[in-house]
Amino acid sequence: MTTHFVVHEEGDSVGTVVVENVKAGDTLTGWIMEQDKTVTVKTLNDIPIGHKIALKELKNGDTVIKYGVDIGRTIAPIRAGEHLHVHNVKTKRW
Amino acid sequence: MDLSKASFRGYRRANGRVGVRNHVIILPLDDISNAAAEGVARNVQGTMALPHPYGRLQFGADLELHFRTLIGTGSNPNVAAVVVIGIEPAWTKRVVDGIAATGKPAAGFSIELNGDFATIMNASRKAKEFVHYATALERIEAPLKDLWVSTKCGESDTTSGCGANPTVGNAFDKLYPHGTTLVFGETTELTGGEQLVAKRCRTPEVKEKFMMMFNRYQEVINRHKTSDLSDSQPTKGNIAGGLTTIEEKALGNIQKIGKKCLVDGVIDKAEQPAGPGLWFMDSSSAAAEMVTLCAASGFVVHLFPTGQGNVIGNPILPVIKLSANPRTVRTMSEHIDVDVSGLLRREINMDQAGDMLLECTFATANGRWTAAEVLGHREFVLTRLYESA
Repeated sequence: MTTHFVVHEEGDSVGTVVVENVKAGDTLTGWIMEQDKTVTVKTLNDIPIGHKIALKELKNGDTVIKYGVDIGRTIAPIRAGEHLHVHNVKTKRW
Repeated sequence: MDLSKASFRGYRRANGRVGVRNHVIILPLDDISNAAAEGVARNVQGTMALPHPYGRLQFGADLELHFRTLIGTGSNPNVAAVVVIGIEPAWTKRVVDGIAATGKPAAGFSIELNGDFATIMNASRKAKEFVHYATALERIEAPLKDLWVSTKCGESDTTSGCGANPTVGNAFDKLYPHGTTLVFGETTELTGGEQLVAKRCRTPEVKEKFMMMFNRYQEVINRHKTSDLSDSQPTKGNIAGGLTTIEEKALGNIQKIGKKCLVDGVIDKAEQPAGPGLWFMDSSSAAAEMVTLCAASGFVVHLFPTGQGNVIGNPILPVIKLSANPRTVRTMSEHIDVDVSGLLRREINMDQAGDMLLECTFATANGRWTAAEVLGHREFVLTRLYESA
C-alpha cells in the first residue's frame, strides 16, 4: 500500500506529502511514524511533494503542531485536507 | 551495525590526529595573494589552492576568526603540508606558526619586495618538496575514536526532517558511544527548537553557554532584520520544498543529533573541541560557511543531508550527501552519495538507513571520493563578523 503522506506524531496538525502528483479529491493514506499507525484523509487541493496537508480544522490564529511542537500560527482558517503553507501559516518568531 | 571493533585507514599526523585525505594546500592569507597561490597550484601537481576574498584590514574578533579559520584549515589532519602566501610577512608568519604547531610541514612566502613571479617560483620549489613528502605517507589502521564527524544540512525540505536528517541522527547515536568527536551547529536554524537542544545539554554549564550563543545570534537577527526573514530563512528553496516557518525548519534540523547522544560541549566558530562527544558550534547556517568552519575545527568527514538538492563540497573535508526526497535523488543523482528515499516508501527503516550512511562514511574515510569531490566542489567560504576597518 502506498504511503502518500507521513505524520511525525499523533496529535500533529499536519502531514507531509511524500509522493508526486497528488491531486485535489484524492484519498490519501498517511503513516504516523511515532505510533506506527495509518490514517486517511481526502485532499482539497493539488499538493506538491514535500508540502503539508492539514489533518484537522484550524481557526485563524491557531497554533500549528508538527513533531508535537509549535511551528507557527495560521493567518487564515484552514480546513482538514487543505494545502497548508506560507499562504496561510506564518512564523511566531522574528 | 556493530561498531565495537570498527576501524578505518587514515593518515596519522605528528599531533596524533588522523586524516582521511592527504592534501598539500596552497593557502592565501588574503585576497590579493590568491593569484600567486593559484600560480603555485598550476606549477605543482598534487597541490590545491584555496582562494578566498578576505584578510585585509580586518580587526578585533573578526580578525581573530580569520586567523583561527586559516590556521584551523591548515592544521586539519586531512592536510599533509601547507604553503601559506600573503602580501606581507608578519601575518603570513602568524598563520604558518599556527599550523606548524601541529608538527606538520608548513612554510610561508610573502609578496611585498618580491612580486608574484619570485614568490611563485620560491613557493613552487617548497610545494614540490611537500608533495614528495605527502605522497610517501601511507594509510594506517586507526580506531573509530579517531574519526571526527561533522554535520550540517542544506536546501532542506520537509523530507529532510522525516528522512535524511534522522538518518544522520541514527548514525550519530551509533558513533557516539565509541568515543568519536561529533559536531553540529547552525545557530539560527535552531530557532523554535532551542529548548529541545538545551534539554539535551549534559551539564547546566553547557546549557548556559549554548543559550548564551543562541541568544547572541538572535540579537544579530533582530538588529539587522527588515522583515520576518521569510525570504532568507527559510530560503526560497526550503519554501519550494514545503517548509513553511523557521520553527518547522529547526525541528527538522535537530533530528540530526539523534535521540540518544547528549551535547557535551559548546565551541565558538572554528574552535577545536577539547575532547570526544557531541559538540555544538555557534555558526552560520549558510552551507559553505558552516562546512568551512567544521573543517577549520578539525573534522575529517562531513554528513550533509539535503532535501531539494544542495550541491556543496569543501576543498579538504569530504562532504557526503544524502537525501530522502525521491525527486531529488532522481533529478540530481550525480550529487547524492546515499539515497535514503526508501524510508518514505517504507522499504527501509531508520536503522537500515543509518547503516547505509555509516557504510558510506567508512568507505569515504578509507579513501573513496564523495560525489562532491568527484564533481570538483571546493567551496571555501570564510565567515565574517562585521565590516573591515
